[in-house]
Amino acid sequence: MINKIGREIPDEILKQYGKEGYQGPNYRDNVRYKKAAPMVRGVVDPKQDKMVSNIREALEKCKIQDGMVLSFHHHFRDGDYVVNMVMAEVAAMGIRDITICASSLGAAHDPIAEYIEQGIVTGIQSSGVRGKIGEAISRGKLKTPAIIRSHGGRVRAIEEGDVHIDIAFIGAPTSDAYGNARGVGGKSDCGVLSYSMVDAQYADNVVVITDCLVPFPNFPASISMTNVDYVCVVDEIGNPDKIISNAIRMTKDVRELMMAKYCTRLIADSPYFQDGFSFQTGAGGASLAVNTMLRPIMEEKNIHMGFSIGGITQPICEMLKDGLVRNIVDAQCFDRASIESIKNDARHFEISTSEYANPMNKGTFANKLDFVILGALEVDIDYNVNVVTGSDGIVRGAPGGHPDIAAGSKCSIIIAPLVRGRIPTICDRVVTAVTPGETVDIIVTDYGIAINPRRTDLIEAYKNTHLPFCTIEELRDMAYEIVGTPDEIPFKDRVVGIIENRDGTILDVVRELDEEC
Amino acid sequence: MMHPNKKRLRRSMMFLNCQKPGLIKDPYIYGTDSIILDLEDAVAENQKDSARYSLYHALKEINYRGVERVVRMNGLDTPHWKEDIRVCVAGGADTIRIAKTESAQDVHVVEEHVLAAEREFGRPEGSTLLMAALESCRGVMNALEVCNSSDRLIGIALSGGDYTRDLQTVISGTGVELQGARQQMVIAARAAKVQCWDTVFTDLDNMEAFEKEVRMIKMMGFDGKSLVNPRQIEIVHEVFTPTKKEIIFADKIVREIDEKKAQGIGVFMVDGKMIDIAFYEGAVRTLKLAKAAGIYEEDL
Amino acid sequence: MVVQKSAVAGTLESSDAQVTVEPGSGTLELIVESNVIHQFGRQIRKTVLDVLERLEVTDAKVVVVDKGALDCTLKARVECAVYRSNDITETLPWGGAIK
Repeated sequence: MINKIGREIPDEILKQYGKEGYQGPNYRDNVRYKKAAPMVRGVVDPKQDKMVSNIREALEKCKIQDGMVLSFHHHFRDGDYVVNMVMAEVAAMGIRDITICASSLGAAHDPIAEYIEQGIVTGIQSSGVRGKIGEAISRGKLKTPAIIRSHGGRVRAIEEGDVHIDIAFIGAPTSDAYGNARGVGGKSDCGVLSYSMVDAQYADNVVVITDCLVPFPNFPASISMTNVDYVCVVDEIGNPDKIISNAIRMTKDVRELMMAKYCTRLIADSPYFQDGFSFQTGAGGASLAVNTMLRPIMEEKNIHMGFSIGGITQPICEMLKDGLVRNIVDAQCFDRASIESIKNDARHFEISTSEYANPMNKGTFANKLDFVILGALEVDIDYNVNVVTGSDGIVRGAPGGHPDIAAGSKCSIIIAPLVRGRIPTICDRVVTAVTPGETVDIIVTDYGIAINPRRTDLIEAYKNTHLPFCTIEELRDMAYEIVGTPDEIPFKDRVVGIIENRDGTILDVVRELDEEC
Repeated sequence: MMHPNKKRLRRSMMFLNCQKPGLIKDPYIYGTDSIILDLEDAVAENQKDSARYSLYHALKEINYRGVERVVRMNGLDTPHWKEDIRVCVAGGADTIRIAKTESAQDVHVVEEHVLAAEREFGRPEGSTLLMAALESCRGVMNALEVCNSSDRLIGIALSGGDYTRDLQTVISGTGVELQGARQQMVIAARAAKVQCWDTVFTDLDNMEAFEKEVRMIKMMGFDGKSLVNPRQIEIVHEVFTPTKKEIIFADKIVREIDEKKAQGIGVFMVDGKMIDIAFYEGAVRTLKLAKAAGIYEEDL
Repeated sequence: MVVQKSAVAGTLESSDAQVTVEPGSGTLELIVESNVIHQFGRQIRKTVLDVLERLEVTDAKVVVVDKGALDCTLKARVECAVYRSNDITETLPWGGAIK
């Protein structure tokens, strides 16, 4: 079938997964469903010891079998050791046909590509896929199509039972021997454990892996003992230098600063820039700069931010400290300052990814957002955004919360340079649609700014704003004038990846790269 | 007839290495008035040939969207300058910046080759403008004759590094070593009714000192500054943007003079100040600067 | 033009291309390696072949390692490599064979 954004989704895929094609951002509003439930084991005897001596023992106690689904989180980002550690043990035990259900997978997880080749891993369900895993997927090495979900969509899939986790592995900077785990207080702090909260509640077996065992009770706990089966102490859960950045530096790139300036003006001149407004940025150069540029305008107009969310960094934490931001709700920390802030500031809260963005619960922070600033690999003239497939046709990105907060917010702004090298960012048709165009409001490039024509209210609001506004078609034309019109990437018919919309409908598919062309 | 672009606004003239495709592909995005595509110091001796091909195709194929395309050629004391001139003219560069200009004679030599190239490549005679970089004590002392040397010459630019070496001193940060040259050059340029640009400022981490220098050279009478990084453009443009009061006053002067001229009145009062035709040019310049800064929209 | 000896132009920096020409063995052999091969490989080949045709190079081995260069850069690098292979740096045919 051709779905609502004009993407062809093979019927056999829809049938096989029991899914529908994408029908619009609020298609499943008010739909009732029965939540999934795990098959759990009661720890009744007070003398029971949850400590296991190594990962092998944890796997054995959880009765690891061929075909199981194992889950992981990515709070340790490129510094993570847990996924590789567990999978090495799984491989050593001769287990096969494993599905990895991670909140994201990154460059740290290149060794998994080898397990894909060997048939040890045959399914990947993740928000992000990079490096060699992405190459393995795009070259058709994975037995089943990878399923790419947003952060909110992953929680939904778990809660609705689209995916059932047999064993959840939760790397934790600190834990007590009874499984109360936290993101702070250890030698490899990541701040919060938001991504794993749903895993802890919905997995049949839950194993906490830590490199810093602390006295009971490790409170307030991010992951509660009530959900944890086993605790395993290892030497290192990750590389602290790669888990968080010491300090994310303010960009000096004039192009990024220029786009940040446009973006700041757009926010300041919008009808939503009022006391109590809310905001999410990423850690990219331009979007981080917006934080800094917005501050003096807030001070001048005496406007305070009601809450800030997302990948948290120093500039926002400083605004919290100085009273310009009333609350930070945190699903991921990016730098040392944000970890210090969550430890010390009572208005800096840890939230679950369900609270963040699961579209099928009864309300999320995403729905309460005014402004979000996002990036893009590609944006097409229908405003569809690709953040997953590279210009070489290979899966190498992560939707993260992109589709969630674009859909939830009142004003979603994409910042991206018009061209990167010879690759046009603004194009006729994105290789892979990850965030549907009807949820994307403004595109800011170094060459001009396009407002989605669906947002007549915003176009009206900016009629006295002096910025280089143009149409998205004009941006595309400028890009093609510079780099030429790109040829289409050659793909085979076979589907190697499914891009699931946050509500579980199918937005797009990724096909196997045709390298003979 | 004067070349229509001879007196265009040139607050910011940004150097770019001709050999770097990533730099020359879209510098217009930063809003600089002029770019200076460099064949000289930025290009290694064994890449001089290569830089010319890049230059030629950049000039021919990149749409620089109205930004003036100046090329800095190699000095007359090098083996490169003749081919530099040929490629500049063939590619249709707006202006050639002559490195290490010492005298009017240097300008004449370049002018002669430019004319020959214009004929060779079928470009209108006189279409290629020139500017002279003064980089030695002799050059600075000859500022006035250089300014008067050619109809093509749009102005002179100080090159502080070579100049201070010749003066047997160094760039100190105080500006004292450049004082004489700056003063001499700007007076010469004004006397000859051409433009004058200050030397580059290379410490990108000290934007405060940069701004101070820009304010100073503006007060001295310079038209603008040679720049090494896009981060510097905004500050220059800010400093060269007239104040609201100045714009309103200039607007009034231009209107009044136009009107009074038609009535045959030579001297009159604006806001309590005695005004005559001598104010006209300055007022027009103020409005041009204001327009470039996007804060004045009339077409006077 | 005959490629007299091997010559190189350009770099491996982003947005650039490195072009190597060598004397051929009777035919024109073109090898293109690019990080944008899927979307621009066809156009890169065409641009390079057009330049070689203008320069009347019919017998050479040409290797292009492209890092996302625009057409103007590709042309410049190919021309530079070919002229270097003949040690020519002056009185070039701007607007003629070079265009």
